[in-house]
Amino acid sequence: MTETEKKHEHNKCRQLLGTLSEYVDGELSEDLCQVLEHHMENCEDCRVVVDTLRKTVNIYHMTAETEVLPSDIRQRLYKSLNIEKYSG
Amino acid sequence: MNDYEDKVRDEGFSLALLQEGDPEEFSRLVDAYSNKIYRLALKMLIQQQDAEDVLQETFLKAYRGLKKFDGRSKVSTWLFRIATNEALMVLRRKHPDFVSIDEPVDSEEGEQEPIQIVDWCCLPENEFLSEESREKLDIAVERLPESLRVVFLLRDINDLSTHETAEVLGLSETAVKTRLSRARLRLREELSTYYGDRVAVLREAQPHQTKATSNKNLEILILRSKGVKEND
Repeated sequence: MTETEKKHEHNKCRQLLGTLSEYVDGELSEDLCQVLEHHMENCEDCRVVVDTLRKTVNIYHMTAETEVLPSDIRQRLYKSLNIEKYSG
Repeated sequence: MNDYEDKVRDEGFSLALLQEGDPEEFSRLVDAYSNKIYRLALKMLIQQQDAEDVLQETFLKAYRGLKKFDGRSKVSTWLFRIATNEALMVLRRKHPDFVSIDEPVDSEEGEQEPIQIVDWCCLPENEFLSEESREKLDIAVERLPESLRVVFLLRDINDLSTHETAEVLGLSETAVKTRLSRARLRLREELSTYYGDRVAVLREAQPHQTKATSNKNLEILILRSKGVKEND
């Protein structure tokens, strides 16, 4: 088994897996936050999972902002709705 | 003015004008949400033509249905509900074995146990914005089961709140949170495979150095990509 494919089998890690998404959103309850942060002090694997999970969400946010409606599709939309004169 | 009109006004629109069929007010609504609706449809359906059809159909239905808009949700939430239903209809037409998003998430779509434990957060920002990277991001989303994908798209790509996403999909907020968590963990896993390889490639560029020196060089690479000089 390679270093990057290490199975993440620790019981506590598995228990906390469902809290990570809310944690990166800053929406996890204070109690669970403390439990998770305490666990991460001694669990490098979970720290990496949390960091890369947060980065995953950030990258998708970042790229979504750069995706715009193609102008030809926009034009056809305004035409189909009969509001071309407001298409700017 | 009733509560419903207040809600719509908070979003920047006049419900009275929209319900009268005022074309200018309606065009403002189209302008505000066409981008997000197209993005949602495209990432659900992949095909550009299908996404364009959903976009047009959503606003045609909205225009016809505004008189009956009950104002129990935001106009935007109502639009996303129409768009999501349209996109799901296309999916069901194309894939008759398609699983309904209302069905409980089965074990196959359960929690993704992390396997890839590699810290790739330190990669230079331009790594995340490359053409190849964008392709990987899209492919990872395409691979999500529909029931997870639609939740991820509404929450993380279109920036809806948990409450709004629950309203759009007719799910409980707990179900939205669970599905979002599962979607994100799966995406993290997929991206870790790709970005983990990129980290390895950058490290291998300095094969004769110790790990510590290699890490130092990676840091320098990151600083350079941010336009910071090494001696700063």
